Amino acid sequence: MAVETDWIERLTGESSARDAALADLRELLRGKLRHAFASSGDDFIEDITQDALLKIHSQLDAFEGRSKFTTWALTIAVRVGYTELRRLRWKDVSLEQVTENSASVDAGRVDSQNEPAASAARKQLVEAVHAIIDEDLTQKQRDVLKAELAGMPQEEIGRRLGMNRNAIYKLTYDARRKLKKELERRGFSQEDLSTD
Amino acid sequence: MDLSKENMDALLGFLKQTKDREATCDDCLAAMAEFAETHLAGKTIPESLKAIEDHLEICAECKEEFETLLTALREM
Repeated sequence: MAVETDWIERLTGESSARDAALADLRELLRGKLRHAFASSGDDFIEDITQDALLKIHSQLDAFEGRSKFTTWALTIAVRVGYTELRRLRWKDVSLEQVTENSASVDAGRVDSQNEPAASAARKQLVEAVHAIIDEDLTQKQRDVLKAELAGMPQEEIGRRLGMNRNAIYKLTYDARRKLKKELERRGFSQEDLSTD
Repeated sequence: MDLSKENMDALLGFLKQTKDREATCDDCLAAMAEFAETHLAGKTIPESLKAIEDHLEICAECKEEFETLLTALREM
């Protein structure tokens, strides 16, 4: 097995060293992924190990040495595994199904306490959030926010909209910032956002 | 658009954690290995990784990947 400092050198070296390094890395990743995704079958582990190896090899110049090489490689492999797992879990679900099933009209209800003041404050906040969502967010921001709140992973939302996970994160981040700033402008404080 | 009480509570929780500047999922992936090693070593998270710590609080997918990474690393 290669020591940490050897990996990049071996993986970018002449063919026999490279092949041996790839075999070592494959063995290491396969073992860790088998442990990490214990409930998945051998075929799944083999597939994501291979996909992860290809991705790691194509991104070697992105390794900055801020961690051990094997930790960095495993981070990429775990993301490859989850990307595939989420794709399989959500493959038969459309964005429309998710967003249509999550709607309800009961958002102003206060479960734990019936004090009129708390109830009225909550009602005002909920009405303001709904109004800002309807008036200030784009239709795409509304759709993505709703799908995310319904539990659909960002990369699966992105897959259906032709966007990557990072772009989906930025889209909802912009939506959250817009909502928060507008709530502040309307007089709601950080403490008002507490749900306890 | 109407949100259920559960979704409204989740959204308010996200809004409470929303900051003027946040790391993205790509930023998180790039720094996750360093963050995980720092975490496992029991060291204080440096200022340069605070944004990653915040991102993991708000991004369920990165958090799930991070926890799985920790599990795998503990076996190394």
